[in-house]
Amino acid sequence: MIDDIFGDDFEDDDILKVEETYTRSSWKKTLIVFALFAAVMAFAVAAITIGAASSFGAMEALETVLSKFLPIGEPSPFVQLIVLQLRLPRIIMAIITGVSLGVAGAVMQGVLRNPMVSPYTLGLSSGAACGAAIAIVLGVGIFGSGRYIIIVNAFFFSLFTMALVYGISRIRGTSVETLILAGVAMSYLFSAVISSLKYFSGNEALREVVFWLMGGLYTTKWENVVFLMPIVLAFTLLLVRYSWDMNAMSAGEEVASSLGINVNKVRIICLTLASILTASVIAFTGIIGFIGLVSPHVCRLIIGSDHRYLIPASGLAGALVLLVSDTACRTMIQPTEIPVGIVTSFIGVPFFLYLLVRRKRRWWQ
Amino acid sequence: MKLKVSDLSFGYNGKATLEEISLDVEKGEIVSLVGPNGSGKSTLIKCIDRILKPQEGAVLIDGKEVSNMSSKEFSKMMGYVPQSTQEIFPYTVFDIVLMGRRPHIGWRVTRRDVKIVAKTLKFMGIDNFAERYFDELSGGEKQKIAMARAIVQEPEVLLLDEPTSNLDIRHQLEVMKTVQLFVQRGKISAIMAMHDLNLASRFSDKIVMLKDNKVFEVGDPESVLSPENIERVYGVRADVTKDREGRPYVMPLDPI
Repeated sequence: MIDDIFGDDFEDDDILKVEETYTRSSWKKTLIVFALFAAVMAFAVAAITIGAASSFGAMEALETVLSKFLPIGEPSPFVQLIVLQLRLPRIIMAIITGVSLGVAGAVMQGVLRNPMVSPYTLGLSSGAACGAAIAIVLGVGIFGSGRYIIIVNAFFFSLFTMALVYGISRIRGTSVETLILAGVAMSYLFSAVISSLKYFSGNEALREVVFWLMGGLYTTKWENVVFLMPIVLAFTLLLVRYSWDMNAMSAGEEVASSLGINVNKVRIICLTLASILTASVIAFTGIIGFIGLVSPHVCRLIIGSDHRYLIPASGLAGALVLLVSDTACRTMIQPTEIPVGIVTSFIGVPFFLYLLVRRKRRWWQ
Repeated sequence: MKLKVSDLSFGYNGKATLEEISLDVEKGEIVSLVGPNGSGKSTLIKCIDRILKPQEGAVLIDGKEVSNMSSKEFSKMMGYVPQSTQEIFPYTVFDIVLMGRRPHIGWRVTRRDVKIVAKTLKFMGIDNFAERYFDELSGGEKQKIAMARAIVQEPEVLLLDEPTSNLDIRHQLEVMKTVQLFVQRGKISAIMAMHDLNLASRFSDKIVMLKDNKVFEVGDPESVLSPENIERVYGVRADVTKDREGRPYVMPLDPI
């Protein structure tokens, strides 16, 4: 049918230029994604060599990692401990966390068609914070007690908040504005709960809550990494599969549904996946702000809004930012550390404001 | 391909906005829905496109109820052009039109998809801004791109919701001519909600006049666009003359 419309008005040669331009821009986007991946990898290798411990050099640190795979001698137990048990899991955790925040941010903004959305605005972060604070101060967990009480509480409070916010928005149709306002309102409520918990808590607990709220990767153990890695990988791939639907949805619900997309179904699936992704990571790391909001924006400027490229790019950019920030955290003021949440905000906010002022295009109005 | 709307009724919160609408659209026909604001034109378009679910009645394509079709099957039947398109995020024109291939592609974009999009852009004379960003374009250009997206769906029926309402006269004509070309050459049908009675008159094979959520009259432009009908439906006194092709030309005079 479509070929009947074009008829013999023009030859295949006439469209070559348009075809080529498109092919070239697709390649460029693929290349950018790979470049980001390479940058993350390169920085991860560099980060292995940097640290507070100064009794061994960069080469020794790298050799220690390689010695796990290659027969190149046995490094000292001290170096092994520092590099393999402290630095490496933390570096991988930074990548995992950055990926999940970047991916979740891009997906949430995409399915809700709103550039202001992030795990923060939807109440996920404050839910997690409230759950953690309850566990720390009152020692109460929703599923039993023990050493994982904070993580479990943070995770389920976070998801519960998301479900509640979505439920509230469903009462009045499925307006995106209601969803965001409900999320912001819940955040305030949880902040109040956290503030009162802080007010009534003892010194030790107060300190721990404050630390948790600032977020950090210093507690990372291999078991956390092993637990989170498959979740983050699987959920990211699942979400990337919805790229086409998200692209179509950004043209509006009506157009999307006429393109054969069940808008409400895709929205709830993607929001749920992104929420679980975020919640499972921040349950371990605490609140790490800004990456979920900024990473998608920066990537849209570089790579455009096609979610097939945007989601991976946003994840990798998130990983890069968090890796750089966390490395800065643990090396800037040796031997102490700065919580990474502070650093991401210090690096992220000025950069974001710069983009906002220098932006060539306005896509929020 | 034949589209049939039979006894379709729809209401928001118990208040009827469409009552017992029936109409037939033959292959190769352009059908305009006209009527005052709030008469149900856009609602009818949305019911046909399954965006809204009618409480009673059905929309049938070749005797098959569209509500029983899978979304994918249905999306290959109908292409929808909204009144205006707003993209929140920056997409290139090519990417936007490529979205129309969604019903046909799994994950990978094939050479054929790229070719169809490129040809459509060329055909509509907008190939020179394939890589430009959608939000930098004028209203008329945006409307053409929305039409390109609908046509690369390769639909049997094109649904347009007031496609010319925000456009200057040149773009109005370009959009209508494109609809005409698509319908004639592609042997498809088009249903459009229209405000401009003269554009409807000039480009439609059939006009459906709606009043108070019901079909007031159906027929060719000559029979529907009479001074009496316009007075009763719009409450406007009007002269109806003939344009140079012999189609009715409406000159509204006074509200009554």
